[in-house]
Amino acid sequence: MEFERRESPFGTPPTDVGSTMRQVLYALVPAALAYVWYFGSGFILNLFFASLFCVAGEAFMRRVRGKDVEYALLDFSALVTAALLTFSLPPLTPWWVTATAALFAVVVAKHLYGGIGYNVFNPAMAGYVVALVAFPAYMAFWPAPRIGDLDYHYLTFYETAQYTLTGTLPDYLTVDAITRATPLDALKTGFENMQTFREIHNNPLMGDFGGRGWEWIGNFVAIGGGWLLLRKVIRWQIPAGVLAGVLLPSGILYVLGSGLHASPGFHLFSGGTILCAFFIATDPVTAATSPRGRLVYGFCIGILIYAIRRWGSYADGVAFAVLLMNMAVPAIDHLTRPRIIGHSKHEKDKA
Amino acid sequence: MNGAATYDLGPWYGGLRLPAEKAQSTAQPIREVPVPERLVLPLAQHSGDPAQPVVDVGDRVLKGQLVAAADGILSAPVHASSSGTVAAFQSWPVSRRFGENAPCLVIECDGKDEAVDLAAAAVDYESMQPDALLRRILEGGIVGLGGAVFPTAQKLMQARSMTLDTLIVNGVECEPCISCDDMLMRELPEEVLGGARILLHALGIDKCLVVLESDKPQALHAMADALSALGDERIVLKQVPSIYPSGGEDQVVQLVRRTEVPSGGLPTDVGCLVHNVGTVAAVWRWICRGEPLISRITTVTGDGVLHPMNVRARLGTTIADVIEFTGGYAERASHLIVGGPMTGKSVTTDRVPVVKATNCILVLSRPVPVGDEKPCIRCGECAEVCPVVLQPQELYWYTLADNPQRLRELGLRDCIECGCCDLVCPSHIPLVSYFRRSKARILELAAEKERAERARRRFESRSQRLEIEQRKRREDLAQQKLSAIQAGPEDIRAMVDRARSKKSDE
Repeated sequence: MEFERRESPFGTPPTDVGSTMRQVLYALVPAALAYVWYFGSGFILNLFFASLFCVAGEAFMRRVRGKDVEYALLDFSALVTAALLTFSLPPLTPWWVTATAALFAVVVAKHLYGGIGYNVFNPAMAGYVVALVAFPAYMAFWPAPRIGDLDYHYLTFYETAQYTLTGTLPDYLTVDAITRATPLDALKTGFENMQTFREIHNNPLMGDFGGRGWEWIGNFVAIGGGWLLLRKVIRWQIPAGVLAGVLLPSGILYVLGSGLHASPGFHLFSGGTILCAFFIATDPVTAATSPRGRLVYGFCIGILIYAIRRWGSYADGVAFAVLLMNMAVPAIDHLTRPRIIGHSKHEKDKA
Repeated sequence: MNGAATYDLGPWYGGLRLPAEKAQSTAQPIREVPVPERLVLPLAQHSGDPAQPVVDVGDRVLKGQLVAAADGILSAPVHASSSGTVAAFQSWPVSRRFGENAPCLVIECDGKDEAVDLAAAAVDYESMQPDALLRRILEGGIVGLGGAVFPTAQKLMQARSMTLDTLIVNGVECEPCISCDDMLMRELPEEVLGGARILLHALGIDKCLVVLESDKPQALHAMADALSALGDERIVLKQVPSIYPSGGEDQVVQLVRRTEVPSGGLPTDVGCLVHNVGTVAAVWRWICRGEPLISRITTVTGDGVLHPMNVRARLGTTIADVIEFTGGYAERASHLIVGGPMTGKSVTTDRVPVVKATNCILVLSRPVPVGDEKPCIRCGECAEVCPVVLQPQELYWYTLADNPQRLRELGLRDCIECGCCDLVCPSHIPLVSYFRRSKARILELAAEKERAERARRRFESRSQRLEIEQRKRREDLAQQKLSAIQAGPEDIRAMVDRARSKKSDE
């Protein structure tokens, strides 16, 4: 009897790239719902445009590069990029800003470097940084979260869509009337105005740790992240590294002078810290690969996030911190390579 | 007290907890495959040089008779596994990768299964000198039955030149589907223990660890009972967790001795010698019963066979005969694998014979899903599961870049090809295939370099030799001139005359 041939091993692969990416998307659902609850339906429209342009860009580039186009959707990586980008954008963003960020992320940051697996920079963060640098006014357009005693304006889905598509608000509103400082903005201007952290924290925008509303989104992001950890889609080293990197300097400085520095809890629950720890920095393609390397990589991102927030001119530093550490990945991988069984420590240093 | 087993989890990295898939084949006792019509005995069933035939076509041979003798320092003899007539020496598909052909000796069996006087071949090993005992083991054609098929006697001789304190009898059968060692320990524990005692005597040491996995309670009980009946204080049972690939030679040592075998070294470097339980039992059968290695237990399993079981088959029985005996193939049998699902070799025909290395015949009926190979996403899952703590993703990149220097530095030669990285890769990259190819390429480059080096040395020594000869000639000439000058004019004239007369003579 004759048989087919194949090389060992003969098992069924337990995972594939598509299912991994899909699980990342599932894990973002609770946070997305919280985001929509607090900031309105703009998130949904942003997600729609980001997904549209990410997938279209992916399909276009795959076609140009002579790869199978249907895989553009099947590996779900373009959709993960779109989702992470959407979480970074303000809820009211004109569609063309979203499109610019999405296309830059997929076409330039991902495919011009060789597509999935070869990109050096986190595509979502690269796209967001382009939007942040090119359209700073739009990126600062954050309304207040939907909480009773805050001065927020509820926009209907129709009104949101009108702004997203045409850039016009209802007649009775202006951009300035809606825009509120984000907690990190409030912190920055507060310190510039010689306020203490306690005074800044008395602002009705502030909640228990970070900003009201914001900290709840953070909680839901953490729930999704925990689920990914349980499913072993991500490993613990990068989240632990990022959180430690933020908490350590903020904790030390807070202990040394609690008036002059924000509390570690504030830094943890403000801006993109938790999203970065579980979803952005954990992008495997652009992260370090060895366990020790991932701890170092995450920790450095955390430190940079804190440093940029504290001493930089931007309110949040997640995107810059991630992109900076992306550049350091080859060095980290080289320096943290573990000792091979049966080799002495000395040999490892030589290699 | 020595019947009780102790549990060990030494330093352990990576590996996988795989579904065992062993219950199917352990449900019934080991059954003996009857004498087939034809036996196909490859001359190279061991690592090293192939054996040299000592019989001719047309000769009648008996069961247990030597048909091919060991040739060279690293080799093992082959014995006839039943009686019959030598029909041919011919090229026959064997269970190398993809069933390539190899020289084989074909015996047409007469079905009488007449044996040489086996009882006469048994020896009283306790009265033998270790060296004589080792020579005796060499004659039995015994090789490592765990899969590496390294000639056992040579392994023992090498070990005797080292400082050794422990014999490890390896019953850790970690690869899914395979259960031949498990069944051996369940049914014939006294053969394993008897063999261990022979090896202790041959090695002149008095410590033996019999290691098996904790998920084999029946084997454990059988071994413990046999051990307490034997009452040998030197032998201790050890349990280890069942994590693939804990049964690898170096991995077992790491687990029970808590030391790592140095890279490129052997367990003997840390005072251990590891033998598979099947090998040890084969030693016992040869020394105490006079039966050379002519049969082995092999697992027939997979969803491509109707009745999975363990059988004792004569070496040389074709897989087709074995499967027919067990009840045949399932309807959609599509892949035949000799060995386990992680490290086995896929062969294209069931004409290949059972040989000393055949621990499992795995038949799969479903088409094995092959995911398209996608780009590496650097997820590092492969590094998480590597038992040697390699970084398979980096090895893969440098394989693509064809950078042998870097591959060496990153420890490619430490890869044991267990297949863990390959199995977990979400991009479905056949990492082990890549690594095998890279290893072959590195060997090729090394051989090329060696050839170039030899050629260079040859050239250099030749030019050196020529130079020396030329210098010698110059010196001789100078010497002659000098002596001529010292001799004075008369002598010169006499010399010239002599030369002239010589010339005119011609």
